[in-house]
Amino acid sequence: MTPSHQRTYIGRSVPRLEDRPLLMGKGRFAADISFPDQLHMRVVRSPIAHGKLRGIDTSAARAYPGVHAVWTFTDVAHIPPIGFRLTGLKELEPYRQHVLARDHVRYVGEPIAVVFAENQYTAEDAAELVEADIEPRQVIIDASSEPGFFDGTQPTETSVLRKGYGDIDTAFRNAHAVVSLELSIGRHTGVPIETRGAITRYDEQRDILEMHGAAKVPHWNRDQIAQLLGRKRESVQLYEGHVGGGFGIRGELYPEDVLACYAALKLRMPIKWIEDRREHLIAANHSRQQHHKIRAAIDSQGRILGIENEFFHDNGAYMRTHAATVPDLAAAMLPGPYRVPAYRAIGHIRLTNKTPCGTYRAPGRYETTFVRERLLDAIAAKVGVDAIEIRRRNLIGTQAMPYRLGLETLGTEIIYDSGDYVRLLDKTLAAIKWNALQEELRARRSKGENVGAGLAMFVEKSGLGPFDKVRVEAAPDGSIEVITGVASIGQGVETVIAQICADTLGVDYTQVRVTHGQTDRIDKGMGAFASRVTVMCGEATRLAATKLREKALTVAAELMQKNAEQLTIVRGQIMSNSERHGPSMSLGDVARARGGGLVAEDQFDSAHMVYPYGVHVAVVGVDTATGAIQVEKYFVAYDIGKAVNPMLVEGQILGGVAQGIGGALLEEFLYDENVEPLSVSFADYLMPTARETPPITVLLSEDAPSPLNPLGLKGAGEAGVNAAGAAIASAIDDALGIPGAVRQLPVSPQRVMAILKNR
Amino acid sequence: MTDKTAITLTVNGREHAISVEPRRTLVDAIREDCGQTGTHIGCEHGICGACTVIVDGEPVRSCLMFAVQADGKKIRTVEGLANGDTLHPMQQAFMDHHGLQCGFCTPGFLMLSVGVIEREPDISDDDLLDVHSSNLCRCTGSQHLIKAVRAAAKEMRGK
Repeated sequence: MTPSHQRTYIGRSVPRLEDRPLLMGKGRFAADISFPDQLHMRVVRSPIAHGKLRGIDTSAARAYPGVHAVWTFTDVAHIPPIGFRLTGLKELEPYRQHVLARDHVRYVGEPIAVVFAENQYTAEDAAELVEADIEPRQVIIDASSEPGFFDGTQPTETSVLRKGYGDIDTAFRNAHAVVSLELSIGRHTGVPIETRGAITRYDEQRDILEMHGAAKVPHWNRDQIAQLLGRKRESVQLYEGHVGGGFGIRGELYPEDVLACYAALKLRMPIKWIEDRREHLIAANHSRQQHHKIRAAIDSQGRILGIENEFFHDNGAYMRTHAATVPDLAAAMLPGPYRVPAYRAIGHIRLTNKTPCGTYRAPGRYETTFVRERLLDAIAAKVGVDAIEIRRRNLIGTQAMPYRLGLETLGTEIIYDSGDYVRLLDKTLAAIKWNALQEELRARRSKGENVGAGLAMFVEKSGLGPFDKVRVEAAPDGSIEVITGVASIGQGVETVIAQICADTLGVDYTQVRVTHGQTDRIDKGMGAFASRVTVMCGEATRLAATKLREKALTVAAELMQKNAEQLTIVRGQIMSNSERHGPSMSLGDVARARGGGLVAEDQFDSAHMVYPYGVHVAVVGVDTATGAIQVEKYFVAYDIGKAVNPMLVEGQILGGVAQGIGGALLEEFLYDENVEPLSVSFADYLMPTARETPPITVLLSEDAPSPLNPLGLKGAGEAGVNAAGAAIASAIDDALGIPGAVRQLPVSPQRVMAILKNR
Repeated sequence: MTDKTAITLTVNGREHAISVEPRRTLVDAIREDCGQTGTHIGCEHGICGACTVIVDGEPVRSCLMFAVQADGKKIRTVEGLANGDTLHPMQQAFMDHHGLQCGFCTPGFLMLSVGVIEREPDISDDDLLDVHSSNLCRCTGSQHLIKAVRAAAKEMRGK
């Protein structure tokens, strides 16, 4: 472990290394990359939600000046559909998506043809000239009603997921009471401000296919592209530049990426593809939409004896890279921080004629935290205790840690590694002065205001393995480079990893450059998802930097004629432990002495995730005349084990809360009765601005360091969003004085008015 | 639509004599024809504000303006904010207050903020919030970003 006296950076809110180029306009985002003689790619998309593709007339587009090629399925028929990265159940394979539609279209936005032209404007002009002959079929819009068939043959219920433990039937037989709810979560997604992009070129001389604009999981995508195009993996290289937001959606392998790669090979010219916003909203992954039917068996005190949940997951038109990931996480993470002696989840994974789905920040947890916490509130109402007391009665105690849940997800057994849930609840109530807040809200309500507070608790997961590998190099100029296969989606990876490396080595963190997302710099890597980077790459960095330190000290000991144990490294200078003013040499000197470089490599393997946890509190006001809801203030308490950079952790939480508020109140992909998308611009898909985001207070707690890594690290990425829907729903109930009023997210003004009308 | 018009765009004090189709947007001209890629494109329908630049002293959305409309006008972009290696107070405040994460919307927010505070140095905190709700940031949840703008506004007023 890093000696505590050397913790110069870990735990400190040092400024980000990433900021300077981004602030100066010197970022390298996908659209900023261009190659000479590049062709611009424009995708032609289905205007029909479900139909038989009888033919596509591309003659006018081909004849358009400046157009180099126009492709339809026959041009790419040899490319297999895109495979599964996670949770790839065998039975889902027939539902994978081809890079261009074969004989049917299944959603508005599905790629049916692709145009390559000398500039973007020409490509778009020509794409308009492509005419598709599509015979409409019966559309499927609702995943919770009877499943139907795609293309007349494929059932739209792809799979039924079953998870559980304990004797659920006995739990219900012995129940004092049963509480049942039906709840829905709307269709949202990450919507980064940078749209997707891929810039590809083929270097004939080296036989290397390059893709720039990669994100999130460059190594997996590299391997998959190589496989789909029948190439050796070493002959495909991916390069991550700056990435304008991730949130689950960005960086998954999409049909457009594969088309751009194949085109560079086939047309022997660089290809540039940048999607526009409308395309992004109808063609990049959606997420979240689920309908849950949940029941709890309780005793007379409101203690949970068992939970049974049947839910319907609307995955849109195809199974993309995430396969069953979201419903799997939903089923596995639903129990949260509570003791649930018996549990049964049945998840119907169904397809509809909507945009296909993937993950969105806190996938499966935003949904089931809403469901579970609604259930807890309903149990409280049933037995006549308040929201806090019902949670106290059901929370898992510290004596039960580590807590084996009895479920698996993402190929790992769920074992809550550490946590003191009651303590964090107490900290929350003290920090927000819960009792005084209740008084204040009561007083305001008595004056006619519709205001209320809601609280929700959750357990997150983070640090998904199975490994991360890091190489650390010291150069003759004293600079340090950390090379890793993780990725940066804007969260501050470079800074956090530099902090860990700097403390371990004994150098200034600004001397550490972190290289990520370059498949030609390191042979393997897992990427950035599941709040895994700080935990997995952080520990791999600590291991590799420890090795480098030992190597440097061994070499220096020889040169300085001392024992390595007598030496230490302070700000890059190797010196005697005892006499800090004596002779010294720099890490750069050692690297030079070694013939120009000092390198160490190590890998951190982990078979289990770590489990941070938190509490959200929302205070809202409802305008009963218009149905408008204002979140007045927001509070998040989060136990992160150990925060490497508290400022960045807070930043993650603040951003997550805003997205959570969006999902709770504003954001929703809507469709008409023909499953024509209605949310195709930022004027239709409403995201919170500075005005809709309330003052947010974050309480970071480090009560429960993870025992699974020496620094005690847990992840931060999904804490802010996880319980936002749940807390806001509860606050709206409170403001309206109607327990259980909110049964569907987002709570739009229309839905508020419907609640008030039906009260 | 291929007839081109010769225009001159003055970007951060440097003149770019370019030839564009009438339909070419200002942001495309700045990025592709003038090679200044610091200005970003987020939606191309005037809502996210990632493409905000300052044209003759006013923050504008360069995706909603044609390049030909900016002929002869003075355009400022994010590349022109810093003085050599010294960051503009707005850039410095964004760094100090963690007002950016992925950095994609940042140039638009910087130009919006600088343009507004130059025009209205004593703008109230509440009005600043209104102005900044015209751009979208998906990472920060706005709180640190607004804190940065307020700190920079104070600094800029002091000068």
